[in-house]
Amino acid sequence: MALTWRPARLLERHAQTATARTLVLSVPGWAGHLPGQHVDVRLTADDGYQAVRSYSLAAPTNGERIELGVQSVPDGEVSLYLADALPVGADVEVRGPLGNWFVWRPAQTEPALLVAGGSGVVPLAAMIGAHRRVRSRSPLHLLYSVRAPEDVWYRSLLTDDDPSLDVSIIHTRKAPPGSDRLPGRITAADLAGPAARLKPTSPVYVCGPTAFVEVVGDLLTGMGLDPATIRTERFG
Amino acid sequence: MADTAAHRDGNCLAGPLSEILSVEPTTAWWRCPECGQTGTLAELHVYGPDPGLTARCPGCAYIALRLVREDQHVWLTLGSGTGAFRFTTA
Repeated sequence: MALTWRPARLLERHAQTATARTLVLSVPGWAGHLPGQHVDVRLTADDGYQAVRSYSLAAPTNGERIELGVQSVPDGEVSLYLADALPVGADVEVRGPLGNWFVWRPAQTEPALLVAGGSGVVPLAAMIGAHRRVRSRSPLHLLYSVRAPEDVWYRSLLTDDDPSLDVSIIHTRKAPPGSDRLPGRITAADLAGPAARLKPTSPVYVCGPTAFVEVVGDLLTGMGLDPATIRTERFG
Repeated sequence: MADTAAHRDGNCLAGPLSEILSVEPTTAWWRCPECGQTGTLAELHVYGPDPGLTARCPGCAYIALRLVREDQHVWLTLGSGTGAFRFTTA
């Protein structure tokens, strides 16, 4: 594959939540990517110290522009820097696109279930964006677990009345007023409705913190889904 | 991705392995010689990043591969033994 590190310039930074950012980068020579793929980002300090971390691509192919979703985490030196300190106009290095396993291809026509925990929504947003771009009529259902209403990323993408996209948001700590679901972690009851609309070969994409992915995977296989249809991405 | 101690999965090996393999690695089929579970490289559980990345069978934790990055080299060990390949990358 001989992937090389390419310079990437930060063009824009948008706040998604209090701690989540979309970074828009320009990567000369970028040849496009599939929804669900990721890149490695390399930072080099003045003293030569280098750090590499993986970030999911948040939007479908758009020329040499790529979007990354970055959640600043208190113990994450790289994510903290990318989220708030890297100046617009500055360069980092990226390597990618990476991974052909956790991808949704626009040619897929069966219903699909997307399950996100927190910032695990990032690669799934790229799938939703690609699905919309090709005007796919294949039903997508996004089940999205967040702590509180203010933690929802990509709100405009998820609420624009696309008839082939269903979105269910699960609040684990604080539900919005009038919600008929008490706050709490994802359960089999949350998954049962969307899972019932899948076909036996429908793909399920689960992305989030490792513990979340493990729980969802166990719930889905416990409901009788074929493990071979479940694709997961854990980010630690 | 968060810098925490929890394991990730083989998806995160796509970049590191691209330095020494010419074919996209995460869709490669794999069978655990210990417990017989099959799947793709993407589904392995990956621990690291320091001192290196260790990919284990999701069923029985048998070591599938280890990858250690140095300045000029990548060390690749297949299975749980000590024999390693050293690739020069720079």
